[in-house]
Amino acid sequence: MGAFLLRRFVFAVVLLVCTSSTALLLTRLAPGDLTSQLGPIASRSEIETTRARFDLDRSPLTQWALWATRAIRLDFGDSFLFNRPVGPLVVRAAGNTAALAVVALAIATLLGISLGILTGSRQGSRLAAFVGMVSMVCVSLPPLLTSLVFVFIAARTGWLPAGGMSSAGASDMGWVAWIADVAWHLPLPALALAVPIAAVFERLQSQSMADAVRQPFVIAAVARGVPSRDLILRHAWPASVRPLCAVYGLVIGALLSGSFIVEYVTSWPGLGQLMYQALRGRDVYLVAACAAMGAVFLAVGTLAGDLLLAAADPRVREGDGA
Amino acid sequence: MRRAGVIMLALIALVATLAPWLAPNPPDHRFGDLLYAPPTPVHIFDGDGAGPHVHAWRLVSRIERRFEDDPSSRGPLLVLGADAYGRDIFSRLLNGGRVTLALAVCATLAATLLGALIGGIAGYAGGSLDAMLSRLSEFVLVLPAIYVALALRAVMPLVLPASTVFVLLLVIFALLGWPMVARGVRAIVVSEREREYAIAARAAGASAARILVRHLLPAAGGYLRTQATLLLPAFILAEATLSYIGLGFPDTTPTWGTMLQEASNVALLGDAPWTLAPAAAIFAVVLGVNLVVQGTGRAPVQLEP
Repeated sequence: MGAFLLRRFVFAVVLLVCTSSTALLLTRLAPGDLTSQLGPIASRSEIETTRARFDLDRSPLTQWALWATRAIRLDFGDSFLFNRPVGPLVVRAAGNTAALAVVALAIATLLGISLGILTGSRQGSRLAAFVGMVSMVCVSLPPLLTSLVFVFIAARTGWLPAGGMSSAGASDMGWVAWIADVAWHLPLPALALAVPIAAVFERLQSQSMADAVRQPFVIAAVARGVPSRDLILRHAWPASVRPLCAVYGLVIGALLSGSFIVEYVTSWPGLGQLMYQALRGRDVYLVAACAAMGAVFLAVGTLAGDLLLAAADPRVREGDGA
Repeated sequence: MRRAGVIMLALIALVATLAPWLAPNPPDHRFGDLLYAPPTPVHIFDGDGAGPHVHAWRLVSRIERRFEDDPSSRGPLLVLGADAYGRDIFSRLLNGGRVTLALAVCATLAATLLGALIGGIAGYAGGSLDAMLSRLSEFVLVLPAIYVALALRAVMPLVLPASTVFVLLLVIFALLGWPMVARGVRAIVVSEREREYAIAARAAGASAARILVRHLLPAAGGYLRTQATLLLPAFILAEATLSYIGLGFPDTTPTWGTMLQEASNVALLGDAPWTLAPAAAIFAVVLGVNLVVQGTGRAPVQLEP
């Protein structure tokens, strides 16, 4: 287990360094730089000082080296667009994205697994056919479409706020009111992100549950007179959960990609939004920091997926070397 | 189920190919007084024996965007209403489908070809080349595709002509898509390489390239077809996402992504649901692909992005 964790850690560090450095160099080598944000009437000296402040007057490699030496001391540079250090900006956005992703994952897990158990254990019933059809439709609704449709419904009915993370002036009402306000804004983007993932979970769980109830040990349990509720939840389900755990590690990629577009459509101030603004404004250090944060998310997500798989499948634990 | 999916996809492809002949209006024509006009009902029996025809919309209130049916004059056929510039959404949808689908099909072919070649070389060569290519493909697979596409597109000049965008997105999508294909092809080639027919071909003096292309890669044919079916909707979505956020095609070019920008105005979306038509088109393609894939006995997969 120790060797496994060490390998994971090394992989995470490599991923972090590679993505943030590539992001920095790509943004630096892109045509145009952040001084174009100053507007056409900016004086030459103003442009020169800004370029010097962000090391744009040095060669890309020197800039990278300077940035890397500062980054080791946890100084990730300043954002030009927001005119403040990038650290707090990125951490705040990452927190918003994490809240969105965790809530979405929780919804998807609860919905997907419970419906999957239902349809998998009652194959051939009308209910199972109906749920299966609904989830087939939902699998084909990527987050771009779900968020647009939900925003449309919200705009039409006014049941939920159609965008943003909090109402104007909510931060002045005290933190209890602020949390309630955020919780009021959260369901729409979280559902938009959760629906397609829940459908994938449902299909997988349904399939593996259907396989599990045909296993000899389940039939033996039936013969012993185990009540059907225990049969499904305590005998068949634990045996059927492995394929689901295997995709958990992959879901983190879908969550990150999906949250980008959900954040954009519903104006959720998360990492995707920030990255988009930073890229468009050629805000070098902000782009690098966002990429680094994305790499951290990925590393944590894949690690969590691996641990989950190890918890669900003894063979993974035993075969440590693989 | 599978047949339904195939029919759906074939129909969409046919309609997109025939778009210039099927579209009732030119996609770029602006009907000046028909901004956000709702779909026009077609009158077949009006009592005057005039045959099927369309009444003109008369603008009643510009601020409320309220229109009234004017039976005395004929107007343009707007099957799915009009957008913010008074352009016919249905005609744009058909023409936009051409661009979106052409890009997705080209990118799928490019990614599949690249993946088959790289996977084949890695599997056939083995050793350090295999290790390097495998690490590389794993690394690309780990990254969330849409962020990489976003970054690669955003570092190019933001305003580009449509043809340049087409080529640029094609290259980006191919670079992002090949590892999905290469991993499986490598595994197939590694196991096929030791089979008798491959050994026989080697003994007969066939070159490595010939063995790979003529003997080993055909064994991966079925796998390549499945992967291609999965890549296609992913690329359609990628185009839609990038164009939607303004980093894809210029908004004068109709594609499903640029058309979705119309739907980004929340205040107007509630009153003009027909601006969501491209979303329905994308849904139809993804559903068609999922039906086809499910018919082959595989669980449907969530497509990034």
